[in-house]
Amino acid sequence: MRVGVITFPGSLDDRDAMRAIRLAGGEPVALWHGEHDLHGVDALVLPGGFSYGDYLRCGAIAAHSPIMSEVIDAAHKGMPVLGICNGFQILVESGLLPGGLIRNDHGDFVCRDQRLRVESTQTSWTSGYTQGQEITIPLKNGEGGFIADDETLRRIEGEDLVAFRYLELNPNGSLHDIAGLRNETGRIVGLMPHPEHAVEAGFGPDTSLAMKAGIDGLTMFESVIASVVSA
Amino acid sequence: MAIIVVEVMPKRELLDPAGKAVLGSLHRSGVDSFSHVRLGKRFELHVEGEATDSHLEQARTMADDLLSNGVIEDVVAIRVEDSPA
Repeated sequence: MRVGVITFPGSLDDRDAMRAIRLAGGEPVALWHGEHDLHGVDALVLPGGFSYGDYLRCGAIAAHSPIMSEVIDAAHKGMPVLGICNGFQILVESGLLPGGLIRNDHGDFVCRDQRLRVESTQTSWTSGYTQGQEITIPLKNGEGGFIADDETLRRIEGEDLVAFRYLELNPNGSLHDIAGLRNETGRIVGLMPHPEHAVEAGFGPDTSLAMKAGIDGLTMFESVIASVVSA
Repeated sequence: MAIIVVEVMPKRELLDPAGKAVLGSLHRSGVDSFSHVRLGKRFELHVEGEATDSHLEQARTMADDLLSNGVIEDVVAIRVEDSPA
């Protein structure tokens, strides 16, 4: 099971994503934005960061990178794709997921361990969770406010395209507390919080049992590995 | 030399946190005469020589495809200006 992680100029969490894939039992493959080659991977992660310095709009220039034509093509053919934070913004800018992401309503960058509810387990990336499971993973963004027009929001809710919702507090003004989305097939998932930062005890969020012990993000990577192996 | 100016603004019905922050700063500077600030972008596409219809056509296409995101923004103006240089 080979999972590609694309590095764009300004990506920050590509190494962490590769490490998460390795810890979940997969083989991470480093991919470069400037190539037209997915190196035969089975799934893709678009990592967090600040591609192109967030110039123009977050994710907008990366969405027009050379490799994105292959990514969009593969996504349409059913390859599992996960976009984390800036990766989510790239998926939205590419039109692979609906809506848009704008500056946090309070205007500040926010970094916190965020409680989420898993709203859909019918995806390549969330099948290992239980429906409605509550998880805690880090969130760190300045432009994570999810918006969409009323018609799009109705479609998102009507077709159960919400993958994750913020719990306890809404950290950025996202409409309907939306933290992450899936597409109609469940192969494409994007979210603002960072599952790759909660995959190894000692380096994750605090839990009631021990400090930094939270590994709620690991299931996301294990899910895709299980789904591709069983496919 | 000519420039094609493309102006992009956040959609009117959406929250504009950047504009709100600027309004807050105006208020803190003691200026209370403005009720609202919206913050957008101005692009200048430089053309060697005269701006032709095909330049404008390309500018219109790219204004929608790259320079703006129709989900969150509107292209409010595309026009030709003489370059000051």
